[in-house]
Amino acid sequence: MKKSGSITSPSWSDKFSQGLFFGLFCHEMCFLQFIWVSHSQITRLYSRFTSLDKGENGTLSREDFQRIPELAINPLGDRIINAFFPEGEDQVNFRGFMRTLAHFRPIEDNEKSKDQNGPEPLNSRSNKLHFAFRLYDLDKDDKISRDELLQVLRMMVGVNISDEQLGSIADRTIQEADQDGDSAISFAEFVKVLEKVDVEQKMSIRFLH
Amino acid sequence: MPRTPTANGIIERDETTMEKEIALLHRADFEFSHIFYFCRKGFEAIVEDEVTQRFSSEELLSWNLLTRTNVNFHYISLRLTVVWVIGVIVRYCFLLPLRFTLAAIGITSMIVGTTAVGQLPNSSVKNYLSEVVHLTCSRILVRALSGTIHYHNKENRPRKGGICVANHTSPIDAIILTNDGCYAMVGQVHGGLMGIIQRATVKACPHVWFERSEMKDRHLVTKRLREHVADKSKLPILIFPEGTCINNTSVMMFKKGSFEIGGTIYPVAIKYDPQFGDAFWNSSKYNIVSYLLRIMTSWAIVCNVWYLPPMVRKEDEDAVQFANRVRSAIARQGGLTELPWDGGLKRAKVKDTFKEEQQKNYSKMLVRNGSIGSLSAETESD
Repeated sequence: MKKSGSITSPSWSDKFSQGLFFGLFCHEMCFLQFIWVSHSQITRLYSRFTSLDKGENGTLSREDFQRIPELAINPLGDRIINAFFPEGEDQVNFRGFMRTLAHFRPIEDNEKSKDQNGPEPLNSRSNKLHFAFRLYDLDKDDKISRDELLQVLRMMVGVNISDEQLGSIADRTIQEADQDGDSAISFAEFVKVLEKVDVEQKMSIRFLH
Repeated sequence: MPRTPTANGIIERDETTMEKEIALLHRADFEFSHIFYFCRKGFEAIVEDEVTQRFSSEELLSWNLLTRTNVNFHYISLRLTVVWVIGVIVRYCFLLPLRFTLAAIGITSMIVGTTAVGQLPNSSVKNYLSEVVHLTCSRILVRALSGTIHYHNKENRPRKGGICVANHTSPIDAIILTNDGCYAMVGQVHGGLMGIIQRATVKACPHVWFERSEMKDRHLVTKRLREHVADKSKLPILIFPEGTCINNTSVMMFKKGSFEIGGTIYPVAIKYDPQFGDAFWNSSKYNIVSYLLRIMTSWAIVCNVWYLPPMVRKEDEDAVQFANRVRSAIARQGGLTELPWDGGLKRAKVKDTFKEEQQKNYSKMLVRNGSIGSLSAETESD
């Protein structure tokens, strides 16, 4: 979206294009059946997006997310915030915001028999698992190495567990899940470990209306 | 942290605690699926969190013909729009000038009256006259806002030498309370019109105004307040322990400073009726002038004030526990939710100690599930 206003205050053309974009976006959503949220839900989420956007420039930065206290105290808060920002970027617009949130839509039964030829919806079980995988895979090389697992574990436990104990936890976890003996977890191995887990329920957020 | 669902909630918050979700997985220690708990909690907070919504006006279920409270304004019908236009004309062209005149009269008479009374030597006559002036001007100002206030349990009204604490929604809370009794205000010295009012009133009645530099020194503040409370002939102090304006749907953390002074605490619960106007001052969005303009162009300010029975600190309670006890009483009476979060989060970042607490809880679960214990047993036997 071309920004014609100044950085500090959005111009009228910015606001207009935002509004226009939002209108077109709703159509895009429904037409592509990409995310399949209802109109009222998009409106609520857009309202939430604008309330988080303190700079009022149509995008959210990492600081905007950090301002949510419940997210700031989450041990994995930084990794979650990171999931919103594509490689190398510092701002996420509403489309990116919705895209990431779309992973958490509950899977409806009647969707399973929908258009098989179309692109897989973002909230499919496979895509939810892929999202979780990416939370572990810090360097995005499609493998969870021992170091990466250690780093994520360290985020979750803070200073309360020693390095040796944490190391042994990581070793055991990798050993149990690793099938091809490369001391790293690939996505396929990750899926196999979690095959009995009800991913759909654990990685879903239900809307009230 | 206890969570009560809001009527206008967007999403169904999952109430499963960390213990239930992670510890029940009976396999020994860390699992890849543990991340799902944190992930979901994080995303729930992103979509809707308990704290930031308290710093903006409450959303109403049914519209009250003020566009400011209709967040997702869209055209509904011609008839409704006509009614709304009539409403705008009535509010801006008829009510606003009346209210503004009344407010001007009220403020002028407050300044003139208190300055006049302040010239008298200290005596019971002066105190009596000062009370009359304060009450009268306060009543004029409440009329200027078209305030309709219902006071409940007047027998519990704050007495001299006590401390009155109340939940804070807007600057007019003080006027709402002084409409029914006289208090000694506590606050920072301001400039401009507010400063003039402060300087005038302090001559007639011993209000406690602090310089900005003095406010930083907590001991100085506590000392001065303690001296005031110790003098049983002085009017009760009015304090808002939340420290900032909250949107009247919840009561946030009470700062313990007010509860360390000693003396009797008289809690007061104030609940505004949002149907007639939004009293909340969102100081990051509106300055005081535009806030007052909004208040004066609402339909009315209708609120309920409950005077609660006085409370004192128990022997085995510390200031924080006492503050929480008072807060619960106020929240219960006013029908507000209680949040343990600090109102200062409006502007400040949350402290790292909370994150460390979460990390500690999770670590305890990992250790408890036995893996670490059995591991050390193995190495010992080697």
